[in-house]
Amino acid sequence: MSRITSVFKQSRRKALIPYVTIGYPSIEDTLKVVPLLASSGCDIVELGIPFSDPLADGATIQKASFSALKNGVTPKLCLEVAKELSLKVNIPLVFMTYFNPVFSYGLQEFCTACASSGVDGLIIPDLPPDEGSELEAITQKHSLDLIYLLAPTSAEERIKLVAERARGFIYLVSVTGVTGTRGNLPSELGTFVARVRKLAKQPLCVGFGISTPEQARQVAQIADGVIVGSRIIQLMETDGLVSVDNFIKELRYALDK
Amino acid sequence: MPALDELTAAYEEAKADAAFWVEFDALSRDYSGRPTPLYLAERLSSHCGGARIFLKREDLAHTGAHKINNALGQGLLARRMGKHRIIAETGAGQHGVAAAAVCALLGLECIVYMGEEDVRRQSLNVFRMKLMGAEVRPVSAGSRTLKDAINEAMRDWVTNVRNSYYLLGSAVGPHPYPSMVRDFQSVIGKETREQILARCNRLPDYIVACVGGGSNAIGIFHPFLNDKDVKLIGVEAAGKGLKTGKHAASLVAGKIGVLHGAKSYVLQDNNGQITETHSISAGLDYPGVGPEHSYLKDNGRATYVAVSDKEALDAFQLLCRTEGIPPALESAHAIFYATKLAGSLSEEQIIVVNLSGRGDKDMDIVVEALGLEQ
Repeated sequence: MSRITSVFKQSRRKALIPYVTIGYPSIEDTLKVVPLLASSGCDIVELGIPFSDPLADGATIQKASFSALKNGVTPKLCLEVAKELSLKVNIPLVFMTYFNPVFSYGLQEFCTACASSGVDGLIIPDLPPDEGSELEAITQKHSLDLIYLLAPTSAEERIKLVAERARGFIYLVSVTGVTGTRGNLPSELGTFVARVRKLAKQPLCVGFGISTPEQARQVAQIADGVIVGSRIIQLMETDGLVSVDNFIKELRYALDK
Repeated sequence: MPALDELTAAYEEAKADAAFWVEFDALSRDYSGRPTPLYLAERLSSHCGGARIFLKREDLAHTGAHKINNALGQGLLARRMGKHRIIAETGAGQHGVAAAAVCALLGLECIVYMGEEDVRRQSLNVFRMKLMGAEVRPVSAGSRTLKDAINEAMRDWVTNVRNSYYLLGSAVGPHPYPSMVRDFQSVIGKETREQILARCNRLPDYIVACVGGGSNAIGIFHPFLNDKDVKLIGVEAAGKGLKTGKHAASLVAGKIGVLHGAKSYVLQDNNGQITETHSISAGLDYPGVGPEHSYLKDNGRATYVAVSDKEALDAFQLLCRTEGIPPALESAHAIFYATKLAGSLSEEQIIVVNLSGRGDKDMDIVVEALGLEQ
């Protein structure tokens, strides 16, 4: 059983999965915030490797990515950061990035490096499952979970395909659209989660647009985990680590209530 | 992805429906002004002293470039799919103008994403789009050019996928766009083939076209792919020079990568980050290229070269003076290469250049670059 799978098997609580862009605002901040996230009640951390053209991301993560790239963050440096973090924290670490940096690094080389850096899984939003077989085989060999995404518009065929292939968990995109905070959860979310639940046995985690404890609580009633990204980036930018710590504790409390 | 599956199915269905093509052909004729002429540029040819140069006059198509062929085809498809909100991206503005025109024609809403830098350097086209009822949204992310406009258009599409159609303007992006755009643009090559056979009773020796995303080039190349004696040459933007790094020559100087949902040659750094490009012509200022061009490069069927900003400007002026035709700066890259090539060939040989657009939109840039008095 992978470390990600065991998060859902062993824990009776709902998984809280934060996202941070590596190197934003600085590498030191990433090295500090991840242990904090782990100790404040998170179960898995998503580490973003910045990409020049983050198609699935809204304004907040786009800005964080450009800034990190300007600071000289590279996939190689991200692997070093992950390695250092994996020695400090006990929860699984997942890379979130786009296909081209991984392709450019070399699929084989990248997965080898991930495995030796203590990374547990990969999320690549621009790699659809029907194009994923090569990376799937390689990740499997290195005991990395390749996590696929589904959208509310995904047809039954696609849900079935992902249900056959996904490892770790399935990432459900709450809305049609890109990452970023939103005022309200879409009303159709319940139906969407239920549609996937009927066809997939993997844990289901919902992300995109979740930014408040109340939204997290609502999502946790129907899903196995909650992914929060842009709001954390905003807090790191304006209020620093203490406010991130408080925010995570509030989310944890809302999920456990 | 669901949107692409839906689009692929709808396009396959339309493609097999004769009535779809009857309407496309009728509007191409009556609205766009097809067929466009194949013109023997005699004074240009004699200036070069060699092969005869024919110009495929896409600059005479409605809205001033070949872009109308694809906009019309996809506009009809969108209407057929019941999508009334059209999203488009544009670099030079030619695709934006064509999309705006087709949306006005078909009564569809039109939103055009355009990099801030391109809004500035192609202000005339911005005004034209607005006059035809389109909303132009400037994009301030990244290099503020075509690549970023595509990013933003794709983000809009995934957000509003249920009622929106993404009218992508070049032969790039995820399937089915590269092949669909090629199909709509291959009217250029089909006409060229008929016209040159009728006039010269033989096929040309060379076909030369500029390549940004590559839609005009694939459109004129495609009907000649099986004519092995016809040499196909794609001309990319060498910008300020390939060695300076300030260029947009993906095929000549790029590496294989994945951008905008297609595997193709891409300008990128050693870490797989897409690099910023430069070209005097906004329409060629793109770090990727259509995947079919990558295929034609790798199998050797087509050859790709690069021409600099300065050379394109020279060709722009040359065509103005010898023929009274101001070409789009994009097309001027192809003109430049053809004039050099012509000089090395004999008078019996024939070069066809796809004059993909007219230069009216580029007057401000040319005036600035040449330091002319307004």
